[in-house]
Amino acid sequence: MLLVIWTVVTLVTLLIELVPGSPATTILGETATREQIENFNKKHGLDRPAFFFSIGGENGFTWNGVDNRYVDYWVGLMHGDLGTSFRTDRPVIDMILERYPKTIELALASMIIAVGIAIPLGVLAGTHKNTITDNLASFVALLGISLPTFVIGPTLVFIFAVKLGWFSPTGSANPEDIVLPAITLGAALSAIITRMVRSSVIEELGEDYVRTARAKGLSERTVIYKHVLKNGLIPVVTILGLQLGVLLAGAIITEKIFSWQGLGLLLLDDGIGKRDYRLVQGCVLVISVTYILANSLTDLVYRRLDPRIRLS
Amino acid sequence: MNRLAYIGFTIAAVFILAAVFAPLIAPYDVTAQNLAIRYGAPSLQHWFGTDSLGRDVFSRVVYGARISLEVGIVVVAISSVIGISIGSLAGYYGGLIDRVLNGYVFNVFLAFPGLLLAIALVAFLGAGLGKLMLALCIIGWVGYARVMRGQVLKVREYDFVQAARALGAGDLRIIVTHILPNAIQPLIVQASLGMAGVVISEASLSFLGLGIPPPAPSWGTMIEESRSFDIMVNSPHVLLFPGLAIALTVLSFNFIGDGLREYLDPKQRKR
Repeated sequence: MLLVIWTVVTLVTLLIELVPGSPATTILGETATREQIENFNKKHGLDRPAFFFSIGGENGFTWNGVDNRYVDYWVGLMHGDLGTSFRTDRPVIDMILERYPKTIELALASMIIAVGIAIPLGVLAGTHKNTITDNLASFVALLGISLPTFVIGPTLVFIFAVKLGWFSPTGSANPEDIVLPAITLGAALSAIITRMVRSSVIEELGEDYVRTARAKGLSERTVIYKHVLKNGLIPVVTILGLQLGVLLAGAIITEKIFSWQGLGLLLLDDGIGKRDYRLVQGCVLVISVTYILANSLTDLVYRRLDPRIRLS
Repeated sequence: MNRLAYIGFTIAAVFILAAVFAPLIAPYDVTAQNLAIRYGAPSLQHWFGTDSLGRDVFSRVVYGARISLEVGIVVVAISSVIGISIGSLAGYYGGLIDRVLNGYVFNVFLAFPGLLLAIALVAFLGAGLGKLMLALCIIGWVGYARVMRGQVLKVREYDFVQAARALGAGDLRIIVTHILPNAIQPLIVQASLGMAGVVISEASLSFLGLGIPPPAPSWGTMIEESRSFDIMVNSPHVLLFPGLAIALTVLSFNFIGDGLREYLDPKQRKR
């Protein structure tokens, strides 16, 4: 995991080298004087070499030693510093920390909604295998996977904000503003979980312990919710963990649709929109690292949850 | 194959035909503006109405199919070939190569959630059709590589592969003529679902303003241009038709992928 994090940081750090031309001219514009550009480069350390060595130029291969931007970035990271915004001169980490809670809030809300819809729907489909109910639930699930957020989002806005007037179409000021974005973001997850719950219910229903439970005279409801679901939900826990990161990234589009003031909107509007490459680096890094950590944590929880995996 | 898969094939065929014969089907030039008929409702002249610049929405949706499917096919083709090659290497040779590829390289590419890597790449490289496809290939190949690796690991132990090796066949020959045909089935499913994924990704990036720049009629761009409150209230058709086009295209490839998976996997067929 550490090796992966290291590589991700390295890639993100070096991404800035891909910018056509130099960041200084894109930020300051074509009319910037030589002095302005030099000052800008000096302020953000862009006057120094990018990596340990550089290839090309007059000398071919040049060894730059540790006095380079890559090392700078790492030293900064170790101090919890993601650099200074090219645009606002504020520390990038402060800008991110201001907006991150909003994104996490949205991701968690969408998860709750997704689980709330998916478990009953999946159980219904699984227990009524190959009936109209099952086909309908499966179709709804496939629809949830197929409809991109930017189709679901505006559709929800059209129905619930424009036509019915229940919610405001955009913004994140009021508590109820989270409902539409959370449904939008959670739709795909809900569809994935529905399908998973359906197939695990079908699988578990064929197990011996279900026959035993039924033979004991337990009601079908108890059999399903106390026995089958308990075993059937293990893969769902995994997928929830794995999807947390996907939600954080997927939130970028949802946040744009609803002008939700989270990290995604910061990345899009302030980062990419204003070519604040330092901010883009910071956002991409924070989202990726969260994703990696969430995945590793899920793996850990999963091992503890299911004795069969722990023992093997 | 199940009924939904046939429906999927039919819808996909309609969109493919629309894309191929777009110049014959589209009644208007996709960039021709006519400000006199802005936000025109669907009519006999303009089946899907007109947009904010008076452009014909039907023509733009038809040409949009061309962009979506072109990006989809190119990206799926390139990333599956790269993925299959690298996955075969990892699975066939195993050992250090596998440990580096599967244990490290694949994980790095999977460490970026969803579209984030593509968004980051396009943000730094700049927007454009070629760069968009490049970014989608960079995030796409690893899925194929992982599936292929797993398949090759399984198939390389089969008797006929051992027999081919005993007969003195070279590695390349074994991989291409013996392993590949027997390992390819899940990859076909993956490609079909991947096609749906790429269509969504292209539209998403275009929606975010990071894909194909206007005035090209990408469905994502069309949705982005028409999702303001006023447009939704007064002329929702501008939003409806490109949205429907994306949904149907993606749904059709998902239907096909699901159907193929069921068809190719006898265990699932029984369910």
